[in-house]
Amino acid sequence: MSTEKFSPKILVFSTDKISDPGIDQAGLRKIHYSPSVYVISLPCSSGIKPRWIMRALQKGFDGVFIAADGHECSYSSKCAEHTNTIIVESQKLMKENNINPKRIRMAALCSVCAEPFVSHMGNFSKILSELGGIDTEVYSQK
Amino acid sequence: MKKQRIGVYICHCGGNISDYVDVEQLSKLIQAEEGIIISKDVMFACADSNQKDMIQDIQEQKLDAIVVASCSPKLHTHTFRNVAIRAGINQYNYTQVNIREQCSWAHSDTPMDATIKAYGLIRAGMNRVSYSEALENVEIKTHRAVAIVGAGVAGMRAAIDSARMGNHVYLLEKDFFVGGHVPHLGKLFPTGEDGKEVVTKLYNTIRQMPNVTLFTGAHLEKVTGSVGNFTVEVKISPRYLSANADPQKIHRVFSDCCPESSNPLLYKDKEHRIMYKSYPEALPDIPVVDVERLQSNVAFYEKYKDIFDVNQQLQLLKLNVGSVLVTTGFDFYQPTEGEYGYKQSDKVITLPEFKKLVDANSDQLIYNGKPISSVAFIYCVGNRQAKGENKYCSRQCCTATIHTSIQLHEKFKGVKAYHVYRDIRTYGKQELLYRKSSQLGDIYLKFEEKEPPIVDCSGKQPLIKVKDYLTSKKEISFDTDLVVLVTGMVAREDRTEIASILKIPIGSDKFYNEIHPKLKPVETVITGVYIGGACQGPKNISESVQSALSGAAKINALIKRGTIALEPIVARINADACVWCGKCAEVCEYDAIKSVEFNGKQIAEVNGATCKGCGICAPVCQSDAIEIAQYTNNEIESMIDGFMSKADIKEKTVDAESHEEKKAGMKEYPHVWNQIVTLLDGQKLTIPQISEQLGHESNVITYHLMTMNKYSVVEPAGLDDDEAYFYYKLKK
Repeated sequence: MSTEKFSPKILVFSTDKISDPGIDQAGLRKIHYSPSVYVISLPCSSGIKPRWIMRALQKGFDGVFIAADGHECSYSSKCAEHTNTIIVESQKLMKENNINPKRIRMAALCSVCAEPFVSHMGNFSKILSELGGIDTEVYSQK
Repeated sequence: MKKQRIGVYICHCGGNISDYVDVEQLSKLIQAEEGIIISKDVMFACADSNQKDMIQDIQEQKLDAIVVASCSPKLHTHTFRNVAIRAGINQYNYTQVNIREQCSWAHSDTPMDATIKAYGLIRAGMNRVSYSEALENVEIKTHRAVAIVGAGVAGMRAAIDSARMGNHVYLLEKDFFVGGHVPHLGKLFPTGEDGKEVVTKLYNTIRQMPNVTLFTGAHLEKVTGSVGNFTVEVKISPRYLSANADPQKIHRVFSDCCPESSNPLLYKDKEHRIMYKSYPEALPDIPVVDVERLQSNVAFYEKYKDIFDVNQQLQLLKLNVGSVLVTTGFDFYQPTEGEYGYKQSDKVITLPEFKKLVDANSDQLIYNGKPISSVAFIYCVGNRQAKGENKYCSRQCCTATIHTSIQLHEKFKGVKAYHVYRDIRTYGKQELLYRKSSQLGDIYLKFEEKEPPIVDCSGKQPLIKVKDYLTSKKEISFDTDLVVLVTGMVAREDRTEIASILKIPIGSDKFYNEIHPKLKPVETVITGVYIGGACQGPKNISESVQSALSGAAKINALIKRGTIALEPIVARINADACVWCGKCAEVCEYDAIKSVEFNGKQIAEVNGATCKGCGICAPVCQSDAIEIAQYTNNEIESMIDGFMSKADIKEKTVDAESHEEKKAGMKEYPHVWNQIVTLLDGQKLTIPQISEQLGHESNVITYHLMTMNKYSVVEPAGLDDDEAYFYYKLKK
């Protein structure tokens, strides 16, 4: 697969009240981003289970992006801290499975953060393109 | 059990989706999937006609779950949940898939890729709905009573309106007197009304309302329960005045012990008084006794002992309410010692202190026994700190300062005012005050945060040096009699007390956080707990009252029916897997998890009424014993699998037949189109005429007619005689 044509598949975990409306707004304003980006919206990013992240990577997603609420989270003032712990836990599992921990990324996104979301997707796609497809890591261990 | 009779409806959304996503091809592909009984592409999934068709399909085909692939779930989740309910299936056996905002519009540049993505999204939705469970909303009875915490202007106004809406209101004020900061601010912009008058009016109204109970000296101790049925525990501090004491005698004794201070800035200084009020006209008009000071002054106590009751105790009250509104307000920023000379020189005071001074003087502005002929206001003190804690702007201080400056000119002749500012933010109608102040000769000097003015108090008068950015950063020095620091608003020092009792999140600015600044501006994440006024961020009085009234209205809508339905999206414990390590309870900020005994072992138990369904407890569970309804492992993981599904999707080919005509010929367009086409056969009509003849509202006709026009089903046929409306006719 040539690097130019490779379009990394990214799974985004967003939040119902804050970051998902921000992602919706990118579409509403027709600010384009890669069609290989898929979104699952949850109440809060602190509720993401590392096993879901592993499932995504093992099923062929090249990277997982957590669009967190940061300080705006209405559930917990420690949301960023909890989400960060989930990332650390996931990265441990990723290392155990020979997956590059750079394949997970987090940023706080607000409900009108259309441009920042698109920009994050662009940057993350670049990083993942440099790393190559997940199959090179997941399948290499088998 | 997995759902096995699923209906999938893929929306064209006029052309918003189908212009980019090949919904017809997707519909056919999905029809062939296992467990899919019906797969349709429809022009408008949300149209009444389609909703009716969906209900018919669900009933005739005995569908057990539905997927609607259309716009964002934020728009039509309730629409389709209602369809499910009307069709007789559980509303939670429905999944919304967003193929518009997160697919057709976001990828309108690459239609083929958009179609491939839409397939993955729909497959994910189908997988998810196949694992969906029938859930029942939790019906809760509600008390028609409200606790309003904080009897400032916002809280009092909300109490009055909430009571007028038929609710019983318990108005709780921590201080012994109502009104908060407002009575101490003198005349208020924009009306010039006195703050004390405003508070007196509200207080007198409240006194006349039988369904408002005001508690002063009331500390919120504990809140238990949940929406509809909170138990609010309040501790009432005594005033130590005998219940039988003659009110006139109380006032006489109060005057004896507390002669009015000559320094208006010291009036609120209760430190040196046996009996005190926060200002002479403070309400309720009953002073408070400092019992320790009273007991240490034996002579005074013996002289007047019949009016005191030193044995009074704190009272604990339990109030049952359906909802809580928090209107605890703010604190003024208190400059640190030395900040622009504050507390190092008595000639440097804050704006709230200066307003008291202006209010207390009549013909001449006197401070510390000396006449004041010039005042320098330094703006943005303690606010808009790029590197400090308070990064925000307090909104009201520019206007408050300029309004005070205008009062200076109107009340005292010949006082000069210098405004040393960063930006003037007299937004809206308040801009007129800025213009008036400039016309009265006020001098405005602009500085930047990186080069703040220097206040030198070493001389007889404060000397101010400022680089004026309006005159090419020319350094200007001038003497002034008084320096007034325009201090903004900060979150109350005791904010965390209330926040921890009511579980209200606090933002990075330290004010209370609403769920969403635009869409849910007074709601907190705790259902039934609302915030209003300046406790949620800097506001002027009008804005505070507006937000508190909004809270009162929301509360009334919530509790007036006597029952409310809560979504069952809560955490659930797998009793077999749980080994009770306690980590879930540790991270839960709502005390929704506790340990219980089950089959001879300790396990976690979730209180469904207080659980918010945030899911924070789930990832910390080492034995993976916690799941959130609607976000179970099966649902999320099957969605991930669905995204990766592959299908043999072919590039859409354009037939010789016109693309537009083909669309217009679709069988699934709304029934309204049929009616319009029939009506327009052989004649031209305007929108009001069509609306009248078909019995649909004109906005509905406009919406459909515009779409029909887009797809060349109809076309304009000139203006009517009044040149008010276009005629429309069928396009041949």
